[in-house]
Amino acid sequence: MAPYFFYFLAFLAIFSALMVVFSKNPVYSVLFLVMTFFAIAGQYILLNAQFLAVVHIIVYAGAIMVLFLFVVMLLNLNKELEPHKSSLLKLAGVIASGILMLTLIGTFRGATEQVVGAGLSDGLTYNNQVGLVKNLGKVLFSDFLLPFELSSILFLSAMVGAVMLGKRDKEPIEL
Amino acid sequence: MTEIPLQHILFLSTALFFIGVYGFFTRKNMITMLMSVELILNSVNINFIAFNKYLFADKLDGIFFTIFIIVIAAAEAAVAIAIIINLYRSHKSIDVDETNEMKY
Repeated sequence: MAPYFFYFLAFLAIFSALMVVFSKNPVYSVLFLVMTFFAIAGQYILLNAQFLAVVHIIVYAGAIMVLFLFVVMLLNLNKELEPHKSSLLKLAGVIASGILMLTLIGTFRGATEQVVGAGLSDGLTYNNQVGLVKNLGKVLFSDFLLPFELSSILFLSAMVGAVMLGKRDKEPIEL
Repeated sequence: MTEIPLQHILFLSTALFFIGVYGFFTRKNMITMLMSVELILNSVNINFIAFNKYLFADKLDGIFFTIFIIVIAAAEAAVAIAIIINLYRSHKSIDVDETNEMKY
């Protein structure tokens, strides 16, 4: 059952990612990107990261994509822009992404058999509850406490920076 | 239950990564370039989760890497959108070809 879900979600993710890149209207791009993120969240559930799937949907589809959508509508971009893309740039994009992708896929096909299941075949007891919030919270607040606090400082500085960049400063501030 | 091969997950993330790279090269609109960057970050996240499950199934390090990548992506998107709005106010455009200066 799980492989069918995997291939369906993989097809959905790649199709909607292609539509993100190729659709002319930025609003359609944002909506297809939301679809890509739901497909990726389904992959996370299949890979035993259930809490991460929920966080991914909340943060990306709920916060970042809504922000993008509001900005696209605020800046009046919801019409067909970009009358012509230079074909030289397209060719450069195809070469740069396509050739490196072929190289990486060839590498994965060649070097796969040593890696797959190396950890699972060692007699590890496989626990499919490992991605739930209880286990994650225990590790997050003991082993990963310092990165957690540092990321809160990062968020604070990003928030201050966004407010400072976003405010209009036509007239000087009088105190 | 048959297990999904690891290399198929790697193919998926590679395809998403290079779709993002292609979009980053060819689009001129700054918002869609930013969305391509989000696509690239998410393909890397899939790799982290897949390797965490297939190689270190009893540990959680890959999941925490992914959580911190999501945190950094959220902060980056907020700051980038503030810059884009500021740029639109001074230039009336967010085309990357027309904005060759950021100081107003």
